Amino acid sequence: MKNRNLDVAVHHVTRVEGHGNIYVNVQKGVIEKCEWSIPEAPRFFEAMVEGRSWNELHHITSRICGICSIGHALASLKATEAALGITISEQDLKLRKLALHGENLQSHILHLGFLVLPDLMGVGSVIPLASTNLPEVKTVLKLHRLANEMSTLICGRTTHPQRLIPGGFSKIPAMRELVELRKKLKESISSITTVAELFKSLAGKLPDFKRETEFIALTNPNEYALYDGVIASSDTGSAPAREYLAYTNEFVVPKSTAKWAKHVRESYMVGALARVNINYKRLSPMALETAEAFNLLPMCYNPFMNSIAQLVEVVQSVEDSIRLINELEAAGLQSQPEYNKPEIKVKAGQGVGAVEVPRGILFHDYTYNAKGVCTKANCIIPTNQNHANIELDMKALLPQILEKSEKEIELTLEMLVRAYDPCISCSTHAVKVNFAR
Amino acid sequence: MKPKVAFFDFAGCEGDQLQIANLEEDLLTLLGQIEVVSFREVMKEHADNYDIAFVEGSCTRLQDEDRLKQIRKNAKVVVAIGSCAAIGGINSLRNYKDLEGVKKTVYGENAKLFDSYAARPIDAIIPVDAYVYGCPIDREDFLHVVKSLLLGKKPETITYPVCVECKKNENICAFERGQFCVGPVTRAGCDSCCVNEGTICWGCRGFVDNPNENSHKEVLIKYGLTVDDAIGKFKLYFGWQEAKR
Repeated sequence: MKNRNLDVAVHHVTRVEGHGNIYVNVQKGVIEKCEWSIPEAPRFFEAMVEGRSWNELHHITSRICGICSIGHALASLKATEAALGITISEQDLKLRKLALHGENLQSHILHLGFLVLPDLMGVGSVIPLASTNLPEVKTVLKLHRLANEMSTLICGRTTHPQRLIPGGFSKIPAMRELVELRKKLKESISSITTVAELFKSLAGKLPDFKRETEFIALTNPNEYALYDGVIASSDTGSAPAREYLAYTNEFVVPKSTAKWAKHVRESYMVGALARVNINYKRLSPMALETAEAFNLLPMCYNPFMNSIAQLVEVVQSVEDSIRLINELEAAGLQSQPEYNKPEIKVKAGQGVGAVEVPRGILFHDYTYNAKGVCTKANCIIPTNQNHANIELDMKALLPQILEKSEKEIELTLEMLVRAYDPCISCSTHAVKVNFAR
Repeated sequence: MKPKVAFFDFAGCEGDQLQIANLEEDLLTLLGQIEVVSFREVMKEHADNYDIAFVEGSCTRLQDEDRLKQIRKNAKVVVAIGSCAAIGGINSLRNYKDLEGVKKTVYGENAKLFDSYAARPIDAIIPVDAYVYGCPIDREDFLHVVKSLLLGKKPETITYPVCVECKKNENICAFERGQFCVGPVTRAGCDSCCVNEGTICWGCRGFVDNPNENSHKEVLIKYGLTVDDAIGKFKLYFGWQEAKR
């Protein structure tokens, strides 16, 4: 392949959320260019929330992303609550954790079933699978619907939640509804097993590639951290969420409307694989079994295994949701007034909210004046933290696959991008492959 | 022959296309009636011959106008889905700010690298045949519009405010609860979903045709609220529409 010329340009990588491009140019077997860029239209959320009131920020910032709107709302509420010194009840905390599980389930199932599976089955989308593999597609749809029902039950709806407000919830579900949900979650385990077996039969199609990198995720000694925890790095140890800037170090890359991030290396990775790697010991029993069945053990440096880590987290979220509902039942669900509006004393302050959302660790950081008006905001989105890692993976992977056909190279690079499940609308508050020949 | 359908997105959160994925089993039924030829978010294939184009997101920069015009040229019917495409949506919050300042806030000294202008709905650039309002769109509403189009009918637009649906749902009025709500001037069709969940109407479906502002002002005075309160809330979704009035 010494004399290989290759010019690949994938404009707007498909089956990812948002727009990203891949450019590859190889001259006489030498890689001249291997680039990942984000042309998504910028949206300027940090500037848009300046001047807005503390009780609107979660509503506005949930619109950063349709898929992780619950996660954005929760990170936003945590930041506002930290800034204004608001605490929430143990019951609300559990309900918020359920909300996050609902979103992680929905997002992971969508990614695994609709976006990753077609690559492994050798088709362009899930649509032809509806004719060739209807039972499997129906199983995926059933799980996806359950995840959405769960979000609707806890948050009022699946996208851009309404019930999540500063200080708690405007409305909460009834215990009997939660018990009904628990029943469905228990029943879903057999569907998840079906999906896991399908992926197991296709796992050989995931490229065997690895590149050592740093992983960053929240960690918590008491549970598999999603809603609460401190920042942990696989390279350097841990720190409270308010010190996030020392980890993220965002920088502007002229080719991308999304910002990039790095910590102690040239790049780091966030998301399901980072979480499983860092918090492996806290996985629930069945989640751990699933990880072992795929030989997913820490530290796993194969980014393609992020999809499998998501599958592990699907099991984790189902088991943990059952546990949370059990605890809510044991404690007895406390009722709250209709149209609940917690009393909040507004004061000046600054606060950081960190939450693990489907694609990784998310930070919102707000400063409020004495009237509760936002004067400064910063949102650091998981996909932005992954951009540098994606590009470095592409650069490491390309020489290993140069002997393949252009079509296969393009597909493998796209699969790499998809494995990260990038959420580009989010990250610009970015994916597309351009081969240059 | 099944009509060919394409989906496109501009500046937005893709939450509306997600509602289409969220149709679950209904999606399979829908796929029996239409042929999807382009949907970047879920499929690799792409074709430029389509009958119906569904467009999500606002237009926020000059370079996106050509893409919109091409979509208009290719499609027989263009449908704006979601607040950003239909009315400008939450993106138009920035229209109240000095844009150079906004770019600087986010990108610092690199602001000049990124082209951007006031966020606008797609009908500011191209003619639009039908609208699915909401942030996000309602799945039933979307199916209703699709069914109308498949039958060759123009989908009807609701011309009364959210209060009508809210009363029917027997909610306690947000003003009675001491909160500010833009339901009185916002286009209905959402079944007052946010108030049903214990909050307020934020105005995501945009101004109703001929909003009764005088009556709305009376409500504000009755509850001791100011026009500033109103303007503040209007800014959330009505930015482009306000500027046009």
